[in-house]
Amino acid sequence: MSTSDAAVRERLTRALHERGEEIADRWVELQMEQALLDTDIGEAELREEADALIEALVPGLRSGVPVDRVVTSTPGLHEAVVGLSLRRARAGATPTATSLAVLALKEALLKAVQRDTRDAEELFASAVFMNRLLDVAGALSFETYVEGREEIIRRQSQQLMEQSTPVVRLWRQVLAVPLIGTLDTARTQVVMENLLQAIQDHEALVAIVDITGVPTVDTAVAQHLMQTVNAVRLMGADCVISGVRPSIAQTIAQLGIDLSTILTRATLADALAAAIKLIDGPGPDGDEGDGR
Amino acid sequence: MALPGESTLASRGAKRPGRAETRRPPAPATYPVRTEEDLLTVRHAVRAATVEAGFGLVDQTRVVTAASELARNAYVHGGGGTVTLEYPREPGGRRGLRLTVKDEGPGIADLDAALTDGFTTGGGLGHGLGGARRLMDEFTVRTGPGEGTVVVVTRWTSR
Repeated sequence: MSTSDAAVRERLTRALHERGEEIADRWVELQMEQALLDTDIGEAELREEADALIEALVPGLRSGVPVDRVVTSTPGLHEAVVGLSLRRARAGATPTATSLAVLALKEALLKAVQRDTRDAEELFASAVFMNRLLDVAGALSFETYVEGREEIIRRQSQQLMEQSTPVVRLWRQVLAVPLIGTLDTARTQVVMENLLQAIQDHEALVAIVDITGVPTVDTAVAQHLMQTVNAVRLMGADCVISGVRPSIAQTIAQLGIDLSTILTRATLADALAAAIKLIDGPGPDGDEGDGR
Repeated sequence: MALPGESTLASRGAKRPGRAETRRPPAPATYPVRTEEDLLTVRHAVRAATVEAGFGLVDQTRVVTAASELARNAYVHGGGGTVTLEYPREPGGRRGLRLTVKDEGPGIADLDAALTDGFTTGGGLGHGLGGARRLMDEFTVRTGPGEGTVVVVTRWTSR
């Protein structure tokens, strides 16, 4: 088997050398035919990927590493497959289309080998070898694709968390945080950091935390709100919780949570009025009546 | 970010509660509570279920909040568990929603203490279990040291 293994490697290496262009063309063609890609990846880019991967295959075949480890342990080859899969993932191709695209290389390669030999035994040995070589590439591609997607999801949820907690200046020395969605430990941390920094930057005296967009206020959410209020107070500012809807008020009371030490208001408008009373000043920038 | 619970919420929320009277109640459904995100899924599912069962806004909030407390207890103290939703019907015709929150954790050693406001072993506020009891109409707990905990709560519609 090892002599035939060497022979097959030799034959493939020769085919890659002599017919590299042809193989790349055929592979790109096959991928376009599959029409599974349905993305913005153009022919030029496919061609570039194909050239890079085919070039990286040669040192892999020469390395003498067992066939099922060639793709994973040849640095250039591994990177080529990973890079290709990540690009597909970002371009929105399906995982099936991505691994099928990689597996289409088998057909292109076998076609090139067929041009050199018609010997059935040799062709069979080459086909078996290529299957074992490239099935690993297909699996790696699938795995990378999933990882790529997960990475995108992680980044998006982080972005969402930061985007959805803006601190806005409502009035001179009055800041507001409109909370949307749930308030878990991680979210509280982001809100608190943003808010405390903004209090310092704007020399704010009142911070309004609006919970109109928080669907459920349970004891954990209440606890996070209290922590935020405490932190704001340590900064020397006052904190008003607004957006306490009737259903939320009843539920909090029944849960037995005591928010009596915290200034709460039903609406953001009420909270702003309370805040202005607290700072007990004229309009913004000392200019009464100027609504900026 | 499409959570299963969100789509359910949207589709069920669109139905008219009044029409639900004549329909057969949905089959019981069980949700896992293994991660913080699962709590979100449970809340969405319970919110959709309260709409399905025909609760008003205040009762919806009560039941979702109770579910949130109990599911978090199972997650934090019980090391994870499950929440099952059922739609019982009283002989008198009142419809309801029953939550069964189960975990295989260490169990509650002193149930009376755990139901006391302000009692906590996990750094929370200590209002979760007692609060959930006040928010619901019926409340039973089966627990013991090393036996895990099963909390069954039911709320009936006022009509």
